[in-house]
Amino acid sequence: MDIRKVKKLMEMLEESSLSELEIIEGEESIRLSKATNVLSQNEVNQFPVAHNPINPQINSDVKETIVAPLEVTGHEIKSPMVGTFYEAPSPEAKSFVSIGDSVKAGDTLCIIEAMKMLNQIESDKSGIVKAILVKNAQPVEFNQVMFVVE
Amino acid sequence: MIKKLLIANRGEIALRILRACKDLGIKTVAVHSEVDRDLMHVRLADETVCIGPADSRESYLLPSSIISAAEITNADAIHPGFGFLSENADFAEQVTKSDFIFVGPRAETIRLMGDKILAKKAMADVGITGIPGSKGKVTDDIKESKKIAKQVGYPILIKAAHGGGGRGMRNVDKEEDLEEAISMTKNEALLAFGNDTVFMEKFLQKPRHIEFQVLCDNFGNAICLGERDCSMQRKHQKVIEEAPAPGLTAEIRKQMTELVVSACKEINYIGAGTFEFLYQDGEFYFIEMNTRIQVEHPVTEMITGIDIVRQQLLIASGEKVGYKQDEIEIRGHAIECRINAENSETFIPCPGTINQFHAPGGPGVRMDTHIYNGYKVPPNYDSMIGKLISYGNNRDAAIRRMSNALNEIVIDGIDTNIDLQKKLILDTEFQKGGFSINYLENKFKRENESE
Repeated sequence: MDIRKVKKLMEMLEESSLSELEIIEGEESIRLSKATNVLSQNEVNQFPVAHNPINPQINSDVKETIVAPLEVTGHEIKSPMVGTFYEAPSPEAKSFVSIGDSVKAGDTLCIIEAMKMLNQIESDKSGIVKAILVKNAQPVEFNQVMFVVE
Repeated sequence: MIKKLLIANRGEIALRILRACKDLGIKTVAVHSEVDRDLMHVRLADETVCIGPADSRESYLLPSSIISAAEITNADAIHPGFGFLSENADFAEQVTKSDFIFVGPRAETIRLMGDKILAKKAMADVGITGIPGSKGKVTDDIKESKKIAKQVGYPILIKAAHGGGGRGMRNVDKEEDLEEAISMTKNEALLAFGNDTVFMEKFLQKPRHIEFQVLCDNFGNAICLGERDCSMQRKHQKVIEEAPAPGLTAEIRKQMTELVVSACKEINYIGAGTFEFLYQDGEFYFIEMNTRIQVEHPVTEMITGIDIVRQQLLIASGEKVGYKQDEIEIRGHAIECRINAENSETFIPCPGTINQFHAPGGPGVRMDTHIYNGYKVPPNYDSMIGKLISYGNNRDAAIRRMSNALNEIVIDGIDTNIDLQKKLILDTEFQKGGFSINYLENKFKRENESE
């Protein structure tokens, strides 16, 4: 992957109000995300490494579509743990939910695997699934937004 | 060689570990709680994972979140730093069972040294004597306990077997107080450490705290990097540390070196470790072994020229200890002042935003800190925000450099103990050297009484 292209993408993301950007070109893909909780406006920091931490992750076997920007409104369902997100109970099975599905509080939305244990994550709200912000087999961190339900 | 290391800690030591990784070309994974996103080492790390909320019990102290983070980032190894899970044998075991390298000794060693009664026995077996006291734990037989205490001689100290680091201790001056003291210490130990086993030791009146640093590899090699004197303490927490210990002769150092090195070999110790002693009337009494990197490691680094954290990483990668004992030379003198976000007089912790930070520097001045202009010190963790270390050809030179550095350093926006450190560096007893672990608290008592 052309490093100049990556740098340009980073600049574009910096200047935009997007939090995440993913581009897929044939076999290659790149995903950039901005950390959400950065220094507020009045805590200006003159440190020379003055950019928000950006975690480039270069995958070469991603098949899904571009991740939606976080501008959908609704109740955010966040990961309660660190682990790997799975959208379905097993690799061959259907996803627990898709965008547009109606869910009730207590319905299983996904599985997060941590230390070889599979944890079912339930919705704490009833509504329609407006957005799914993580991809199958993607690592998630604590409090990472996974679903938006309204 | 380890390729990717997960730093399971925060603040100053996390940055120290990150720097050692960068030196070795090891990729870094910084795990952090929600309030620690802006830690300097998090900003500099190759990858970061938020592992939980501010409460350590749900983040830094949660083995599953740390190991999960290692899994999703494909780290090879985990460095626990100090505090948190660094001396948790179960965590070390889980790490290795999950196929990660734990930067530290084997889980069994951590378990052994974590039980102060077993540790004392193990050390006695290899010729390292502890403080006279009960041979094992205190039983329910109060008559027996009274008999032992009488033999040992009052005042005695009741200690929690799973305590350490100055916690879980209570002294008893006379027999009438013994039963209640045992009961209270047991209750506190159960709450603080999950285990109410306690034992008794003679209370030493004026000891110095002198500890010896070791480095051991997986091939049976062990070396000692000399000692540190950490007698300037408040409520059993170290305030100033120095190396070497004032007044300790080369002869004594050689004897102790041989003793601790052979102990390491006997117990198959791996990694960095510290043997802590109380030193009184020319005798060393073993109190505990710390099976991790310690806060005050920089003073040893300054007088030996050895990067201890780097050695930890190399040893964990399967390399041999980088030096032979006869290559270790103690040169000059180093002093470390812990910088805490607390009021110099009341010791009340003071979280908040640092709006002005200037680090001192120059020859013989080292500042180990994660703070920067605009950094918000969170209220959820301990108050240590950095360490100021000075080095000189001799103790006086190190003292002068420290005093100058303390006058130069600026940390505005929060309270710090810098004023206290400035006073202590100029204190006559400190300048003489050789004071006991009671010195600072007695000094405070005297000052309060005269007000």
